[in-house]
Amino acid sequence: MSAVTAPTGSSSASTWDRVRTFRPPNRYLPIIATAALFIGLFGVGGMRYDGLTDPQVLLSLLIDNAFLIVLGVGMTFVILTGGIDLSVGSVVALSTMIAAKTLDMGWSPYLSIVAVLATGTLLGLLMGLLIHYFDIQPFIATLAGLFLARGLTYLISVESISIKDPTFTDLAFRTVWIGDYYIRWTAIIALLTVAVAAYVLGRTRFGRTVYAIGGNEASAMLMGLRVAFTKVGVYVISGFCAALAGLLFSLYILSGNSLHAIGMELDAIAAVVIGGTLLTGGRGYVVGSLLGVLVLGIIKTLISFDGTLSSYWIRIITGVLLLAFVVVQRFATRRRA
Amino acid sequence: MPETATRAQRVLRHPLLWPVMALVVLLLVNVVAKPSFLDVRMQDGHLYGNLIDIMRNSAPVMLVALGMTLVIATRGIDLSVGAIAAIAAAVACTRIIGAGDEAALSTAVMAMTYAVVVCIVLGAWNGLLVSVLGIQPIIATLILMVAGRGISMAITDGQITTVNNPFFSDLASGFVLTLPLAFLVAVAMVLFTAVLTRRTALGMLIEAVGINPEASRLAGVRARTIIWTVYAFSGLCAGLAGLVIAANTNSVNANSLGLWIELDAILAVVIGGTSLMGGRFSLAGTFVGALFIATLARTIPNIGIPSEVNYLFKAVVVIAVCLLQSPKARALLRVRRSAAPTLAKAGSPA
Repeated sequence: MSAVTAPTGSSSASTWDRVRTFRPPNRYLPIIATAALFIGLFGVGGMRYDGLTDPQVLLSLLIDNAFLIVLGVGMTFVILTGGIDLSVGSVVALSTMIAAKTLDMGWSPYLSIVAVLATGTLLGLLMGLLIHYFDIQPFIATLAGLFLARGLTYLISVESISIKDPTFTDLAFRTVWIGDYYIRWTAIIALLTVAVAAYVLGRTRFGRTVYAIGGNEASAMLMGLRVAFTKVGVYVISGFCAALAGLLFSLYILSGNSLHAIGMELDAIAAVVIGGTLLTGGRGYVVGSLLGVLVLGIIKTLISFDGTLSSYWIRIITGVLLLAFVVVQRFATRRRA
Repeated sequence: MPETATRAQRVLRHPLLWPVMALVVLLLVNVVAKPSFLDVRMQDGHLYGNLIDIMRNSAPVMLVALGMTLVIATRGIDLSVGAIAAIAAAVACTRIIGAGDEAALSTAVMAMTYAVVVCIVLGAWNGLLVSVLGIQPIIATLILMVAGRGISMAITDGQITTVNNPFFSDLASGFVLTLPLAFLVAVAMVLFTAVLTRRTALGMLIEAVGINPEASRLAGVRARTIIWTVYAFSGLCAGLAGLVIAANTNSVNANSLGLWIELDAILAVVIGGTSLMGGRFSLAGTFVGALFIATLARTIPNIGIPSEVNYLFKAVVVIAVCLLQSPKARALLRVRRSAAPTLAKAGSPA
């Protein structure tokens, strides 16, 4: 490393040149920008507020946003194909309700988890089939999904149902200690989801087809890629992720309520966009969405640390960040084109 | 005889046939469930009854859907209308409270004018993002959809603000010529827009932009100005809707006012037969669509189902309407029908 900071010999000079002229590939720039934003916010916060630099704050960020991370993963798949999924917030609410109701009826917790995941996946499958086979715009098909899931939630119960099942509460509060700091299982599940999704997108044929469809669906079709399977598949994944996020959310909040997660689809979309994924599809990474969620999370944390700012500033700041990223994306793609 | 046949055919092919039929079926369901549903009685010089309530309740969705129709005709979409409605209500209510004489007519007029101007500016902001910066409409309006409720809460300081101004509340609960004022305002806006778009070239220009913005620009249409105008108009309509909703409760709750009204409005537009692909629009269809949604909301409690289940029915309507409009689903239907040749002629509704 000293060769980098103090170039003397001829060979080290070329190393220095390589470092000096190093430009990260363009495709990673959005992620780097988001990471820099996160670190910047964390740094500014650390200077202003005592206690923010505690590593536990970072781990709590993961714990408090576990469900949003999982939602962001599913949304990334959909947006990469150039689609959008408006139903995820309602599916989260439906999942909390199914979990709470089935546990209340005395089902085994494992059966209840399976029921939740199956429902979310099935809803995603139905929306995917509508979108691909009937050429209905993703926006409208998932709008129907939004209404359907919210309506089913109300149909199950208009009242809030609390979750008292010992397996669920145990899972909700079980912690893993890393030295003096702890993390909950929900956060670990969220990180595992990110890892699996990153592998699928980066290293499998399915993942490459997702990017190809987002780039140009007609070309992907002509190349003989499995467009139908993949396009329906991303909505199935999104539905599954929404159900999983719903489970994590019900562990976080320990109740089922038809008023849960109103507008959460907006948070998920915002996180994906701030994470650098192009809303027109074809470019972006799951890790970016993770960073996007963390940026939204740190803003929330900063506002609660500050104490003088009201919570509605979160929405305004999120909107400003969205604007900045969308405008920058717009100019970046225009230059490329 | 041949003339009556063509007239029957023309009626069958009229684009308004399906929305009107759906509305009639819905009303029939209500009458079957409760025979007195259609009764309208006169009391204190006003009309009262379920039909009058439906008219009054349809006003906000009708206003928002009116602006949305023109936006969709240019192949756009405006997701921010719910947030704009919340901002309009917040601005108007805080202005009324801050005024010297809270209950005066001038206070109400000033506050509402101010709110509407703010909303036109917000709509123009959406138009700027879409037409000048060239951002996709769904994303451009998403920004204000996310930030708007925060702004509305910042205006009311996160409180539920209650106002006490009889003229303001008349906007929702007042009657003119025995009919609800809110409904008349909405109808007046629809008629005004209809005259403006169908008696001048404006409607055709809007459709031209929706079919192909680039070609219409080359043909000498000021596509950019038109897009900008329809978003500003959508902001205006959303603002008026927000005022009606706030006047109905004499208060503004920035969190819930106009929540999901953008989805109801899009639904009304789609039911009315305006294609989401842009390029053509039907204001009469939107009018019927808004009435349909208000009637649906009334029907569900009337037939003894909890009103929250409303969403489930809306989902079914969205899917049914989209399948009816989807070329692929129609092709599938046509194959079935050609198997039964006697029915083949009845196919292909417009």
